[in-house]
Amino acid sequence: MCLAIPGRVLTVSGDDPLTRTARVDFGGVVKEINLAYTPEAAVDDYVLVHVGFAITVIDADEAEKVFAHLDRIGEIEAELGGR
Amino acid sequence: MKYREEYRDPAAARRFADEIARIVTRPWAIMEVCGGQTHAIVRYGIDQLLPPEVTLIHGPGCPVCVTPVDYIDKAIEIAATPGTILTSFGDMLRVPGTDTDLLAAKANGADVRVVYSPLDALEIARAHPDREVVFFAVGFETTAPANAMAAYRAKREGVANFSLLVSHVLVPPAMRAILDSPSNRVQGFLAAGHVCTIMGFEEYLPIAARYRVPIVVTGFEPLDILEGVWMCVSQLEQGRAEVENQYARSVKRAGNRPAQEVMREVFRVVRRRWRGIGEIEESGLALADDYHAFDAEHRFGPVGASGEDEGECISGLILCGDKKPPDCPAFGTRCTPEHPLGVTMVSSEGACAAYYRYRGAEVPAAAE
Repeated sequence: MCLAIPGRVLTVSGDDPLTRTARVDFGGVVKEINLAYTPEAAVDDYVLVHVGFAITVIDADEAEKVFAHLDRIGEIEAELGGR
Repeated sequence: MKYREEYRDPAAARRFADEIARIVTRPWAIMEVCGGQTHAIVRYGIDQLLPPEVTLIHGPGCPVCVTPVDYIDKAIEIAATPGTILTSFGDMLRVPGTDTDLLAAKANGADVRVVYSPLDALEIARAHPDREVVFFAVGFETTAPANAMAAYRAKREGVANFSLLVSHVLVPPAMRAILDSPSNRVQGFLAAGHVCTIMGFEEYLPIAARYRVPIVVTGFEPLDILEGVWMCVSQLEQGRAEVENQYARSVKRAGNRPAQEVMREVFRVVRRRWRGIGEIEESGLALADDYHAFDAEHRFGPVGASGEDEGECISGLILCGDKKPPDCPAFGTRCTPEHPLGVTMVSSEGACAAYYRYRGAEVPAAAE
């Protein structure tokens, strides 16, 4: 029920902050999404969408950290002689 | 799809699991409190990838499952009222009420419509000014701002034939209730990433401090969950009990401020009953006094308080993490998604439905 899926903002339209919308591309499926809760969202941003609302703009730098973490684990394992 | 596939890499998942196995020295029980995470854990076999010391307990993470039977009965009653349209998220249609469910009411001629967004329900009200249109508003904090916006705009735009039947629940009070239970065995939590996207994670700081439990805000993809478990096990092994954020690509410490503002405008915090669990203080949301006119209970009469008799179903024990689905003698035999005895088998995010779908009915309890 708390499912939210990431999509890329294609276009933004509207001036009223409550009804401002974006066309968002979810891997080929495009839907009109409300931007009331992500006023900062801009074209080419990735947003997380839940029941028709963008609830956050995905932070691209933070998104890489899980992989950086894995690389660190790799270094630790190399240091310890592997497993 | 970007931000999904790369977090499902099996080789990377194996490396995280190996790292967890390397640091763990004794048994730990960690609870996830989100049906989406439960679903991913069972679907991708994350629990089976973990070392035997780490047990994942599936908590009350499904708002559909914990909606009291009296609200289902009220929704069915409203749907059967001439001149009304009852709108709902699709998950609610097969949840059993006392005698029947919304899908059966629809088959019997009630105008029940599934909507993707609460704003779609508002549009239906605009398109049918001669009908009463009611939206069945359930969910956790993730969904509350969207549902609040439908009420906010109905008031602002004067859509007088629109109202909401509200049964919203809040996650942190349920975590406290679990930790207060004498039978509690949860030693650490994976907090629900999308709930925290809205609320931030400051409200978890006093819980971690008071109960001495690590709480790791965690995402929904396999690598997110494995990293969350790794962070939680690291804390447990080191004797720390802090709030950490694994899901920083989505969650900021203070959460989504505009969403919280609209929630505060439209809702107030109330005591709520959780199906299978019981009443929990300050664990839910109801419409604020200024939105009384948009409350379906004001228009159609209050929801009853019959309590529930779940018969053979042990969903209450499942929701509290005391039992796992294969522990139930009815699981997969007398209780299946086609013929569910209770809510955890009905909802696609219920633990029983996840086990049935991805593990089949033959999973012996001993394998858990």
